Amino acid sequence: MAAVSILETKGLTKIYGGLAANEDVDFVLARGKITALIGPNGAGKSTFVGMLSGRIEATRGQVFFEGRDISHLPAHKRIQLGLAYTFQITSVFPGLSVYDNVGLAAGRLLAGKPNLHAAKAAEVLARVGLTDRADQIASDLSYGHQRVLEIAMGLAQDPKLFILDEPTQGLAESEIADFMALIQGLAGDTTILLIEHNMRVVMEVADYITVLDGGRTLASGTPEEVRANAAVQAAYLGTGVDA
Amino acid sequence: MTAHGKSWVLHGGVLALLFALFFVLPTYHSGQLSRIMVLAIYAMGFNILFGYTGLLSLGHAMFFAAGMYGFGLTVNLAGFPMPVAFLFAILVAAALALVAGGLALRTAGVSFMIVTLMFAQAAYLVVLYFGEYTRGDEGFVVAREGRMIAGIDLSTDAGRYFCAWVLFGVCFLALAKLIKLPFGKRLIAIRENEERARMLGYDTSRYKLMAFVTSGAVSGMAGATYGLLFGYVGASFAAVPYSIFPLLWVLLGGAGTTIGPLIGVFFMFYLIDISSGYTNAYMLIAGLVLVLLTLFAPQGLAGSLRQKVMPWLP
Ligand SMILES: Nc1ncnc2c1ncn2[C@@H]1O[C@H](COP(=O)(O)OP(=O)(O)OP(=O)(O)O)[C@@H](O)[C@H]1O
Ligand SMILES: [Mg+2]
Repeated sequence: MAAVSILETKGLTKIYGGLAANEDVDFVLARGKITALIGPNGAGKSTFVGMLSGRIEATRGQVFFEGRDISHLPAHKRIQLGLAYTFQITSVFPGLSVYDNVGLAAGRLLAGKPNLHAAKAAEVLARVGLTDRADQIASDLSYGHQRVLEIAMGLAQDPKLFILDEPTQGLAESEIADFMALIQGLAGDTTILLIEHNMRVVMEVADYITVLDGGRTLASGTPEEVRANAAVQAAYLGTGVDA
Repeated sequence: MTAHGKSWVLHGGVLALLFALFFVLPTYHSGQLSRIMVLAIYAMGFNILFGYTGLLSLGHAMFFAAGMYGFGLTVNLAGFPMPVAFLFAILVAAALALVAGGLALRTAGVSFMIVTLMFAQAAYLVVLYFGEYTRGDEGFVVAREGRMIAGIDLSTDAGRYFCAWVLFGVCFLALAKLIKLPFGKRLIAIRENEERARMLGYDTSRYKLMAFVTSGAVSGMAGATYGLLFGYVGASFAAVPYSIFPLLWVLLGGAGTTIGPLIGVFFMFYLIDISSGYTNAYMLIAGLVLVLLTLFAPQGLAGSLRQKVMPWLP
């Protein structure tokens, strides 16, 4: 495997009060692939990706993006390097139209080019099936559509690395299928780091899986390797030999 | 018609109406209206920060006063020509906003309100402390030379009205344009969800400071215009009520709408004007109407219009 990496962490640690939400996490993310980050509730997954995107300040440790140490860059600068981030709890601009939401996401790169900008927004909306709802106010959308909108806002940035924190949570079955097709279409050009509880999604789309447990990496590898890992079975999949 | 087209018709229509009103209104009312237009500039400046960026400052009187004193003192004491004094006044307000904003924006929410309030209080005390020049509460009258431009006397009814109209119009149209530009949209994004805006790669701290300085500069311009057209500069314009008024006007008229500030100032002026004709307890009536409006039209007058019948209202 030894794929080229786009992002690495060394000793990444986050301590809340006395609690280590992440402890010495060393991680390598393969470029152009879909990597799933899994682990039980409270394992520290959101904290980990929060430290990658800069939304959460690390207690210690380093983050390298395309070989560059970005540990001390503020979040907006990391995003400007080509990271996009969707939140576990849906985060859009509630009072603005669907079109304006996507427009703002595309606008950082394309605001000076109105034609490209409008085309980009239209293209992204079409890609996620929100074209008919472009004029609706985001807060009037169903929960599922708001999640899809947030994904669209990620796409609109043409990210090199797209981090999604439980994107399929609350989506209907058909929407989940659309989502899987969407990110499989992105992979190759875009690297995807996906936090996901739905094991069916993970097993179907992930090229690699990293398992976090109690703030530490328990295992990393291909789905087969991780599935076969006894520690993972015991701690997480609940199908372990000694369970 | 597109939303864009409707918006320009509205803005053009409002300006045309204001222009025409001078010729039909009795002097008393056209005088009131010139004051309303000047204070609406102040309310629009406040609205940039409060209505569009979502930041509530309780200290904007310092910018209004900075503009007013920046103008009046340089005319009277330094003998600056009017246009120079006017531009200087705006710069003073902008510089003060850069400093006050730079510090206040390290805080958020209630602390931000308190810090801006304290800054304004300090500015008020500075005005009183330098009473030798500012004449404190008593204030001073702006020299006549400072109220002329190109031979036009701005202290006449017509001079005052049309100068107020031009400056109001420039701000009104500029702000309508501003909120359609990427900069304006990003301010709105910060109001809607700052964390999301930041996580789209926008340097929200920088945008908030830019909004603060723009807001302070426009408020300062309103203060300078007030001094220019009404010829009086006094410490009461730096005091707490003048920080609260723009909030009331904007809330009444509709925060985050371009037309709201004008409607709010107009409404409040005539509410007090009319009710004081009936009773001495006019502030009670004004207060009651404000409470009712806040209860039944929490988006303000223009905000309610936008919600119910004119979704395109900018
Ligand atoms: N801001 C915070 N302050 C204190 N503790 C926190 C904070 N955020 C997270 N934690 C704690 O850190 C641990 C890891 O939380 P995190 O949200 O990263 O887990 P997660 O793996 O994303 O869980 P889930 O699957 O429920 O989303 C949890 O014990 C959580 O309670
Ligand atoms: Mg989480």
